[in-house]
Formats: sequence, C-alpha cells, structure tokens
Amino acid sequence: MMLRVEKIAKSFRGLQAVAQASFEVGSGSIVALIGPNGAGKTTCFNMIAGVFPPDSGNIVFDGKKLNGFRPDQVCAAGIGRTFQIVKPFAGLSVLDNVMVGAFLKEKTAFGARKLAREILCKLNLDAKADLLASSLTLPDRKRLEVARALATRPRLLLLDEVMAGLRPTECDEMVAVFRELNRADGLTILLIEHVMRAVMALAQKIVVLHHGEVIARGTPAEMVRDRAVLECYLGEDVEV
Amino acid sequence: MNRRAFVLLGLLGIALLILPAVANAYVLSVATLILFFAYAGQAWNVMMGFCGQLSLGHSLYVGVGGYAAAALFVHYGIGPWAGVWLAIALCVALGALIGLLAFRFGVSGVYFALLTIAFAEFTRIGFDHIQWLGASGGFFLKVAQREQMDLANFRGPPAMYYYAILALCVLAFISSSLLLKSKAGYYWQAIRENEEAAQALGINTFRWKMLAVVISAAMTAVAGVFYAFYYNNLFPEQIFHISRSIEIILGPIIGGIGTLFGPILGAAVLTLLADGITEALAALGWEIPGVKQVFYGLVLLAVVMFLPNGIWPALARRFGLGK
Repeated sequence: MMLRVEKIAKSFRGLQAVAQASFEVGSGSIVALIGPNGAGKTTCFNMIAGVFPPDSGNIVFDGKKLNGFRPDQVCAAGIGRTFQIVKPFAGLSVLDNVMVGAFLKEKTAFGARKLAREILCKLNLDAKADLLASSLTLPDRKRLEVARALATRPRLLLLDEVMAGLRPTECDEMVAVFRELNRADGLTILLIEHVMRAVMALAQKIVVLHHGEVIARGTPAEMVRDRAVLECYLGEDVEV
Repeated sequence: MNRRAFVLLGLLGIALLILPAVANAYVLSVATLILFFAYAGQAWNVMMGFCGQLSLGHSLYVGVGGYAAAALFVHYGIGPWAGVWLAIALCVALGALIGLLAFRFGVSGVYFALLTIAFAEFTRIGFDHIQWLGASGGFFLKVAQREQMDLANFRGPPAMYYYAILALCVLAFISSSLLLKSKAGYYWQAIRENEEAAQALGINTFRWKMLAVVISAAMTAVAGVFYAFYYNNLFPEQIFHISRSIEIILGPIIGGIGTLFGPILGAAVLTLLADGITEALAALGWEIPGVKQVFYGLVLLAVVMFLPNGIWPALARRFGLGK
C-alpha cells in the first residue's frame, strides 16, 4: 500500500469532523473519496497534506509515518496536492507558477523551466505559459493548480474537487489527462470529487465518507448499488 | 530586459561614471544621496518586494551598521573594510532575531511590520543612553581631509564616496537580479503571492523568509557603514528614526515594489523633486519647514492613485523596455 490512513480523527471545537476514518490507496491506483458536504473529505485531505495533524490515528506513506509533518515536508516526501479553492500565484506568469513547483526536484532555473514546460504541455496550458496567472479563466486555473502540483514530481497526487465548475467537455479532458498520467507515469491519485461523471470514469475504488466515518468502500459499480451510499449521498435514481 | 533597455542602461552607466568630472559639488552630493537611497531601497526590496515581508524598521540596520563600523574606527582605529563585517554580522543577527520571533510565532502582515518598528524604536532609545557611542549627543568621526585620498580608511574627496555608493548600487542591482532569477527568487515570490500554496509545493517558508530578512539586513548594514563615513556624524534620533525607514521604502514604493529598476528610479524621482522644490521655494523666499515631507506625501498620493504598481512598470510598458 502506498498510503494507509489508520483510524484518523479530528474535531474542531467539539465538532467531530472526521471520526476513526480508515482507508488505503494502493500504489498505481486511482481512489475517489466521496460523500455529502461536511462529510469530512477536505479535513481528511488536510490531515494527509500536513495542514494540521490528526487528533488520533496514523497516516502512513510508503511505510513512513507522516503524522506531524508540515505541508512542505509532506510534499517533499512525495505527495502533491491541489486546493479546492484555487490558489494561483496571481502576480506570476503561468510558467513561473509551475517553475516554483519544479524547483523541488530541479536545482537550476534552466532545469525547472524545462520541466515546467513539459508539464504545461501535458495539461494543454503551453500556449498560455507567458500569461499572468491572474488572467486565467477558472478551468485554466484548475489546470494550473494541477500542473504546479505535478511539477513537484509527486508519487501520490491529492486532487480536491478539480472538476467543480468545469463544463462536461472540459471535465472529460481533465479525466483523460489524469488517466494518461496514471497509465504512462504510474502516478497514484486520491481525489475528492462531487462530479460523479469524473468519479465513475476515473476511480478504480471509491471510499464514501458520511459524518466523518467511512460508511462504504468498493468499486464504482458496487457503490452505485449500495443502499447506504444511495440514501446519504447519491439519491435513489442515480444516473451514471 | 530587451536590447533597447540595455542601450539605455549603458548610456545611464556612462553618464553616472563621468558625472564627478562634470558636476559641481552640489550636484554630486545630490547624486550621492540618490544612489544611497537607491541602494538602501534595493536592500529593502529583497525583503518586501521579492518575499512580501513588510519592514518599516530598516533604519535599525542602517543605524546599527553605521555605529558598528564607526565605533571600531573611532575607538580602535580599525577601518571600515574590516568594520563592515562587524556591521553585517550584527545586522544579520538582529534580522535573524526579528525573523525568528515573527515567523516562529506566526506574526505576519501588519503585526510583523509593527515588530520591525518596535525593534528600531527601542534600539533608538537604547542608543540614546550609550555614553560610549556619544549617547543622544551624537557620535562623530574625524572629518576627512577632503583633498587626500585614504582608501584604507575610506576617507577622501566627495567623488570617492560617489563612486563607492555607485559601485554598491551596481552590485546590489546585479545580485538582486541574479537572486530573482534563481530558486530563491521564485520561492520568495511564491511566498509573497500565497504562502499556503507555496508551502504545499514543498517550500519551507520559515527558512526562505529568514533568508530574505538576513540578506536584506546585511545589505542595509553596508548602507549604514557608508552613511557613517560619508556624513561623519551619527545621532540616534536621526538614524534610527522611523522617518528614515520611511525615506528608504518610499523609493521602491514610488518606483515599483518588486521590480529591479523601481528602487533606483523611485530614489531619483523623490530626491530630485524634493530637492528641486526646496530649492525653488528658497529662491522664491518661502522657507517653509516640512515642505519636503508635504511633497513626499503628495507624490506618494499621486502614484498610489494613478500608478498603483509604481512608476517603473508603467514606464517600461510605455517605452517597451521589458521587465
């Protein structure tokens, strides 16, 4: 297992956001974390990414405990992340944004620029490399968010609702990009997603959170038939 | 930077090099002052313009740097070439202390700026009471024999000081542009733009912010040494005063925060205009105290209203000079 999340819990001033949640992400797999709003998905992400430590439980990445790591240490360990609310470096160009990420593994500006350009090509942002990040549209900002995280050359990529706000065609493009990264580069992906179209197309395994607890896990086909999942999240007549 | 900018820079360089041969003493003193503020502004810009950490207490480093080198010179006869290292070491230590307090305990934004003011202020009050350094009465270096050049002790004619500060400006400009294009520059700008996102990309924000503060402090310390040996007198009330910090940061703000030419252009515009208006008013017979400050205020107001990114970015766009 690449990532093992063992009974992690987190409360905010008495509100139990995540309670004893456990799940695993196998090397080379794509796992989706789904659930209704407030289920604790982003809190789980933030604990994995080192934004705050879990109150209890363990996060183990490649056999190494990540508890108490800062976000930069988590990233250096090989986990890249995107933010649900995009955080571009607005005053820098698209290329410079990605170069910042690339410097984690590249020592020189030359090497970082080269890597950044390769990644921009993968995400179809190469034509916009010299634009200011602040001038991008939302779909492009989401792509930039992914490009920047990829530039750190992660082995596990955490995607927090990167499909939200995208049109169906844009969503399909993104799905294709992630499939290619997973297939060609062996990138492992853990994604939080509400867009079921993307979840069904991407995920090999789904973990369903509700009130901070894992209520179901399995393949996408199993999940859309699961009673508990239908009741709390997907609704009775889900179309996928 | 494109070819047109290079040609202009070359012409400016030649003009600056031959200036002492053609200018009178007054013009040379104004030019020296401009270069002093351009250099100090460049140093401040590393911290605020590149890394987004607002210091309103850079007079601290000018003062400590100046006093350190002056004390070695006056009390022990050790020249500034050695003294500058003590100045740098002390300012680096102070900068590191401020950074440690602020960045370890999450003091940021306005509160960080207040911390920098606090350090400058209590240092000013402390120096008011150090008899060994003249206390509030001032600390004086023996005024230089203006005709004789004594490079070892950095005493000589005004042109020597002019060339020294010009060299410092060139060095600061080159090192700033190299830093900006390096990993450090990218990391600093990322921290400036969004610290949370920067950290998520593997940047140890504490370490890189400390580096910016320390480099900025070290550069400003050298400005302090220059100040001490050029003016030959140091008063805590002047050198540590917050108005000195403001004077330092106005250049980059007017010229363009975070740009390489902004601090130079801003220092030139402010010094020339302030001096020009003082002269003009004197010629008219209106000797009004504080008119320089009013003028600073007006220019700042105009720039903030019409050129919020500073003069340089607008100028560069207008004349196609690149960044």
